[in-house]
Amino acid sequence: MPINNYIVLSSLLFVIGLVGVLVKRNALVVFMSIELMLNSVNLLFAAFSVYHNNASGQIMVIFIMVVAAAEVAAGLAILVLTYRTNHSIDINLLNTLKH
Amino acid sequence: MYYKYFKMEQYIFYSLSTVAVFSALMMVISKKPIHSLLYLLLCFFTLAGHYILLNAQFLAIVHIIVYAGAIMVLFLFTVMLLNLNIKGEMQKPLVARIVAVVAGGLLLVALVGLLKGMDSSTGIMQTDNQIGLMKNISNTLFNEYVLPFEVASVLFLTAMVGAVMLGKDESKV
Repeated sequence: MPINNYIVLSSLLFVIGLVGVLVKRNALVVFMSIELMLNSVNLLFAAFSVYHNNASGQIMVIFIMVVAAAEVAAGLAILVLTYRTNHSIDINLLNTLKH
Repeated sequence: MYYKYFKMEQYIFYSLSTVAVFSALMMVISKKPIHSLLYLLLCFFTLAGHYILLNAQFLAIVHIIVYAGAIMVLFLFTVMLLNLNIKGEMQKPLVARIVAVVAGGLLLVALVGLLKGMDSSTGIMQTDNQIGLMKNISNTLFNEYVLPFEVASVLFLTAMVGAVMLGKDESKV
């Protein structure tokens, strides 16, 4: 399997996640899109780790998973808090943070 | 030996990739958050299949446990807790959406265009590598990366304390 295929697939998934972040107003779906972007990068790390026969890439994938789990835990807590005050998780309402 | 499996491996790769891209697209397209969530779950399972294809077995198992087991359940609880059946679908204006898609498409063209000069016969990956097995992964993790591993536990503790602190209803304390 050429490494090019993995690069193209990861780019596709990353771009879909990016478009999801830009298009969606529901903060929950924005979080999901961020997860998708992190996962596309994970796949590329694993592919290059196999390509170079070096395990460090797969260790990096594990650390990215750790950060993603922590980010989701804190982010969803903030989301629930936002919903409690605004009764909506519209991402546009979050600009009240700057006032 | 290598060419014997090349065909079937390619079939698996392309079918998994098709499902992955389709489910990722459906995640962005679908209107209800719960549908997005289920499509994302499908996408994660296909990515686990890709890890198995790369012979990264430990990664595949951890991926399923962390994403399908932990993160998806967290998302699912949030979707269930928040009453998201709000009248009127929340959508950005059409111009913003078109600009977002065009910008994403340009980024895709730039990323894939980088590969144009590359000869497709180079960069063939070995399929029978052993680095994804648990023994080799843990050898690297606990020899070279012990300090980041320990720091990750502090990060988890911080996230846990933060989530509990944020989740507490202060009006009732």
